Amino acid sequence: MEILKPAAAGTLESSDAQVTVEPGENGVELSLTSSVMNQYGRQIRATVLETLERLGVAAARVTVVDKGALDCTIKARVECAVLRSCGQSEENIPWGGAIR
Amino acid sequence: MIPRPKPERFRLRRTMMFMNAQKPGLIKDAYIYGCDSIMLDLEDAVAENQKDAARFSLYHALKSIDYGETEVIVRINGLDTPHWKEDIRVCVAGGADGIRIAKCESAQDVKAVEEHVAMAEEEFGVEKGRTLLMAALESPKGILNAYEICCASDRLFGVAISGGDFRKCMQTKFQPDGVDMLAARGHMLMAARAAGVQCFDTVFTNLDDQEGFEAEVRQNKAMGFDGKSLINPKQIRLVHQLFAPTEKEIIQAERIVRAYREQSAAGVGVFTVDGKMIDIAFIPGAERTLKLAKACGMYEGDLV
Repeated sequence: MEILKPAAAGTLESSDAQVTVEPGENGVELSLTSSVMNQYGRQIRATVLETLERLGVAAARVTVVDKGALDCTIKARVECAVLRSCGQSEENIPWGGAIR
Repeated sequence: MIPRPKPERFRLRRTMMFMNAQKPGLIKDAYIYGCDSIMLDLEDAVAENQKDAARFSLYHALKSIDYGETEVIVRINGLDTPHWKEDIRVCVAGGADGIRIAKCESAQDVKAVEEHVAMAEEEFGVEKGRTLLMAALESPKGILNAYEICCASDRLFGVAISGGDFRKCMQTKFQPDGVDMLAARGHMLMAARAAGVQCFDTVFTNLDDQEGFEAEVRQNKAMGFDGKSLINPKQIRLVHQLFAPTEKEIIQAERIVRAYREQSAAGVGVFTVDGKMIDIAFIPGAERTLKLAKACGMYEGDLV
């Protein structure tokens, strides 16, 4: 999927994460801040990158502000932000395919 | 990925608690409260511009959180919105136990949802017929059509009244004695019983009014409801307490069932237990009491 326009998903509430995606040119540039950076920073980064790869995002600037979200929430927010950016977040979502 | 057992159409549903599907902090812990069912909400709790985001949260919550014995129902958006079809796809793909149809007004509404559920089961390779349905009746029209709604689908396990919208339509508001919804509750209960499905009461929204809540739950039980929709975990315990049969009721039910089996084996149709006349008409009630007692952990015998 190609990131066409800036889009965001998620909130800054506890247990949530806010993910912003913008068009980028030099591959995936990920900027991560987290309230649990020392314990889980590496895992969150891996989850974000895996999710982007599964969605076929090759180039994007991605900002994640994590407030202690579970992996499943991180995935949900990344997917929603990417699909919103492509205008495909509302219907015919590939549940169980690219979204899993 | 957490495999969930095949949902049971008729199971214990004393407490069905709403949870906003959009709030990760809420849904990740939903199963620890001990309610019989949780209802993850895609409808009113989710703002119009977050409907898409809520589905992604819901999908991953369904797929990765172990809800154990707690039944997982999803409340989808009304059939007059652009959201309900995608709501159904995500529920089925995620393996929700059931779908609560908001603002249901006719058998046709149930059939429309059923059709899309069947399509989604096909699309996502889910066992046909696995996904259950329940209908929320929120308008006078929905209440008046309760019987046809209750009979509309083999997947449908019950109906619930939704007080907020219903009172608005009726130009009334909450009354402590329940007179505002007495006719509607009674009508819906009769329809549900006639169709052989379950029946659930609306939420009680004033969390500070414990006395009012207790009075309403007592009335629910007296009227014959199977359970109640809840909005807060602190409401669960009282409903479970009040819906449980008393020790005395259990002992009596046990005696009746035991005596009936002995007497009918001996060819006797009507007899007395503790001075009261008993015949076959009393048996289903007594058996239900024992089943409920068993589910509540208060009866360990083998009569049911």
